[in-house]
Amino acid sequence: MKPGFSDPVFGAQSGFAALMNAMARPGRIQDCNALHEPPPGLDPAAAAALLTLADAETPLWTDAEGEARDWIAFHTGAPLVEDVARAQFLLATRAMPALASVDLGTDETPQDSATLIVQVATLDDASGWRLTGPGIQHEHRLTVTGLPADFAVQWARNRTHFPRGVDVVLCAGTRLAGLPRTTRITEDR
Amino acid sequence: MNAMPPRNTPGSAYNFAYLDEATKRMIRRAILKALAIPGHQIPFGAREMPLPYGWGTGGIQVTAAILGPRDVLKVIDQGADDTTNAVSIRAFFAKVAGIATTTRTAEATIIQTRHRIPERPLTEGQVMVFQVPMPEPLFRLEPRLAETRRLHALGDYSLAQVKLYEDIAKQGEAGTSYNHPVMVAGRYLMSPSPIPGFDNPKLHNSPAIMLFGAGREKKIYAVPPYTAVESLDFDDHPFRPMRAPHACSACGSTTSYLDEIVADDQGGRIYVCSDTDHCRENQTP
Amino acid sequence: MYVAVKGGEAAIEAAHAWLAERRRGDAALPALSPEQIEQQLGLAVDRVMAEGSCYDRGLAALAIQQARGDLIEAAFLLRAYRNTLSRFAACEPVDTGAMRVQRRISATYKDLPGGQVLGPTFDYTHRLLDFALAAEGIAAPQEAEASEAPMPRVTELLAREGLMARDAPDDGAPPPDLTREPLPFPTPRALRLQSLARGDEGFLLGMGYSTQRGYGNAHPFVAELRMGEVEVILAPPELGFAVSIGDVTVTECQMVNQFAGSATTPPQFTRGYGLTMGHGERKAMAMALVDRALMAPDLGEDATAPAQQAEFVLLHADNVEATGFVEHLKLPHHVDFQSELEKIRSIRARWEEKA
Repeated sequence: MKPGFSDPVFGAQSGFAALMNAMARPGRIQDCNALHEPPPGLDPAAAAALLTLADAETPLWTDAEGEARDWIAFHTGAPLVEDVARAQFLLATRAMPALASVDLGTDETPQDSATLIVQVATLDDASGWRLTGPGIQHEHRLTVTGLPADFAVQWARNRTHFPRGVDVVLCAGTRLAGLPRTTRITEDR
Repeated sequence: MNAMPPRNTPGSAYNFAYLDEATKRMIRRAILKALAIPGHQIPFGAREMPLPYGWGTGGIQVTAAILGPRDVLKVIDQGADDTTNAVSIRAFFAKVAGIATTTRTAEATIIQTRHRIPERPLTEGQVMVFQVPMPEPLFRLEPRLAETRRLHALGDYSLAQVKLYEDIAKQGEAGTSYNHPVMVAGRYLMSPSPIPGFDNPKLHNSPAIMLFGAGREKKIYAVPPYTAVESLDFDDHPFRPMRAPHACSACGSTTSYLDEIVADDQGGRIYVCSDTDHCRENQTP
Repeated sequence: MYVAVKGGEAAIEAAHAWLAERRRGDAALPALSPEQIEQQLGLAVDRVMAEGSCYDRGLAALAIQQARGDLIEAAFLLRAYRNTLSRFAACEPVDTGAMRVQRRISATYKDLPGGQVLGPTFDYTHRLLDFALAAEGIAAPQEAEASEAPMPRVTELLAREGLMARDAPDDGAPPPDLTREPLPFPTPRALRLQSLARGDEGFLLGMGYSTQRGYGNAHPFVAELRMGEVEVILAPPELGFAVSIGDVTVTECQMVNQFAGSATTPPQFTRGYGLTMGHGERKAMAMALVDRALMAPDLGEDATAPAQQAEFVLLHADNVEATGFVEHLKLPHHVDFQSELEKIRSIRARWEEKA
């Protein structure tokens, strides 16, 4: 089996720095290259995000199979669940679960909502969606390939539940970008 | 494997930045949700720290969870780097994390603070970590946490608005001079920690990440960069930040927040900048 | 220039040096050892272990010495140490029914199986200062034997008669841990008892006392108070069988209270429960009183007294938290005070204009 972080303490710290900046500055692409040898089928950024955040206390759903699935179970210690709605973290390597199907938290405990990590084909912040909201001074741009065609529609619905809602981390290779539930996506026509 | 006890940093009996990795993960998860729900208090399993509650254990845990080996840490208490508690916390991190520390706001990547926000405008590369004694902005009006949690869920802040209205009716202005509550991104009422009202405007649309840690009360909350933070007020009685109307007797600043110092037993007063680094910069030609 | 309340590393170091000197006291007198504290100030050690949530007599004694006898400070030292320890497993529930009893009394029955065992108690001492103790030191006591007689729990005797409310059976779920998760409200009883078990003895004593004086509707009887050693059993799943990892001394109090009954529940006795590490009768009894008072909302009783308010009791019972927040007022607050000064001057000016 492939190893986890070569340095568990500093690997997790640098993974978290990327995730924190991604959540704080939605759509801004962060480098996340702390994990050198991800298992087949997992991007370095997505695998590093899981290693950084998941553990025995966080039920985890993933569609990853085989070695990747074993790697996740072994290195995070997280209980793998089949039911999307019971997961605190979700890693989608292929078809993403519908945003409305995951745990959105409650109005009193919106922090209990899930975080969905999605492996996508590419991320580009030069053009594309116009993102606005907390963390964004004017607007950030983001082009994502590999998401469901109706993602922006699902996302707009997710925003209507605020403060409930799912937060998304998009990963491509060693890069990642965050979409906290507060971010508004406007598609260019 | 995450379930295993972590390794220790060489040469230290403790893990890097004191906290074990499982605890850091728990705090990190809370910080990410805090950023996603600006101003909302996230309960977390605060640990017993080797410093007393009330001395900044919440801020210390947040700092420990985000700190990396290349970070440069500044710690201030009352705006100053040389107050005893700031010295003590800075020494703690120098010891358990071996990281670089600074007194210069401009050089710091993480600034842990009690009661002030530096005068020098913050930048995108910086994270402010606030030590918070009472994270619940409504606690003087409603001490029951189960009830305030319900009010936050409803976005019902009439208690705070009525209190402000009564203050203005009785005494012509808000009764709070520090820890004046703020609305974050138009949704959550938040305690800015006991910073003077003078510092409240610095929270609004700041380029820096603002993290708040309350150890004894076991809450973490956050304001992302470039987020609307408005001090609670009324249109006809706008919030008024206050400072002593004097000049700093050391650097001459007429815009910084000042400490009032009793200079003699005749009631004489002098005023100096509370932000020691700002004062030093002003005095440097 | 005079600058208030600012001090640097040198000042802190000097304070620590002075503290160390005071700790040692008169150097002409022999120094105490933690072993002496552990042996001769055993009840202080027990209290520090209980409030420090860490069963280690030697470390508790060291903490007491380091803290110059300040027991809250000692509990704090022990807790901060405890927090750095790795967690390997949760032990099986200790069986206090199988306790090797050193003391066991029941106030509800004149006699009962296993008998009344007075054990090492102050109860019937005359509180006269024993000057002989100062002159001659402590005489070596006779070896006391722990009782081997079986001692059924009094509450179990009542339960067999159907007069004692049964506690919810163990659902097998892993026990919640107060030190890992923030306390939720409403608070499950397991967490409530954890919180009370590490709570300040003085605070719980005052709260428990208040329930006896009409603040809360308490009619308590000490069904049983027992103190002695219990075995700690660990059953690691990878091992497949249980092993004993040692003995700990605990004090347990079961306090029975009348319950008038409701539409669905017959009139019966209910139990307030107290359990503390070491020998701590006052603490265990106060804890049992407060535990029962906190059941009021669940039993449909009025919950108007302070001891019946879970948030009030549980969030103020922890002396390490409380002492930190009270004592933090010693830290400089001049920035906030300055803003208060400006505020009061401004309001005052407006007031004087009007007057």
